[in-house]
Amino acid sequence: MSAPYTRSGRARPRGGGLELAIWYLMRLTGIALFVFALTHYLIVHVIYDPAEQDASWIAQVRWSSTFWRAFDWSLLMLVLFHAFMGVRTVVVDYVKGRSRTLLLAGLYLLAFVLFALGTAVVMTLPVVPKS
Amino acid sequence: MLLRYRGGEGMLAWAFHRISGVAIWAFVVLHVIDIYLVGGNPEAYDELLAIYASPIGRVLEALLGAALLYHALNGLRIIVMDFWPPLTRYHRQLWYICWLIFVGVGLPVAWIVLKPIWEGVPT
Repeated sequence: MSAPYTRSGRARPRGGGLELAIWYLMRLTGIALFVFALTHYLIVHVIYDPAEQDASWIAQVRWSSTFWRAFDWSLLMLVLFHAFMGVRTVVVDYVKGRSRTLLLAGLYLLAFVLFALGTAVVMTLPVVPKS
Repeated sequence: MLLRYRGGEGMLAWAFHRISGVAIWAFVVLHVIDIYLVGGNPEAYDELLAIYASPIGRVLEALLGAALLYHALNGLRIIVMDFWPPLTRYHRQLWYICWLIFVGVGLPVAWIVLKPIWEGVPT
């Protein structure tokens, strides 16, 4: 039987282990993303306009400080965990058997590729001094 | 009709949470790849940025913001009910509070995101 109180979230898994850890981490990363993701949207869509954020703007302004690189990398880690574990829950809910195994394998592979691409660019993009 | 089917507000809150979550996931996949292009192929990134900054791109950005804001607010609502189960009795009221904040914050933000469509890009 599932927890009597759950009206919209996934019921807290019984018995502990990895599933319970993921359940807690979804909520923990969720709270962190409330701050990080909304701040990110506020900066790139409200304070600045998307039209001015070309590649040179990112190299000269946005990623000119270690703080914002660290901020964006933290956001990347949080969102990769939260989004991919969330989609995992959706896949497990609707897909069974071999297709589920294949989909989940593809999902984890995609998460790893995005982890590698995102980490590479945020850590290695050279800072270009403003001319 | 929608409000009468089975779970009422609770079910709609859940369905919207799931739909907005998958939509944000899809955008994150695209977004990490486009940001990778800033280092890997800046010209391609700038071309993609022109699409983001176009009128259709701005409408999609506003929709992304809506999905993000709903998912963030309803996510907090879920967490509140998960850790203080007695508050689940007020899940409807909590959902209406989410919508109140959604409209109050979302409308001004949508205005700012969409305004360049008819006023031109601020310089």
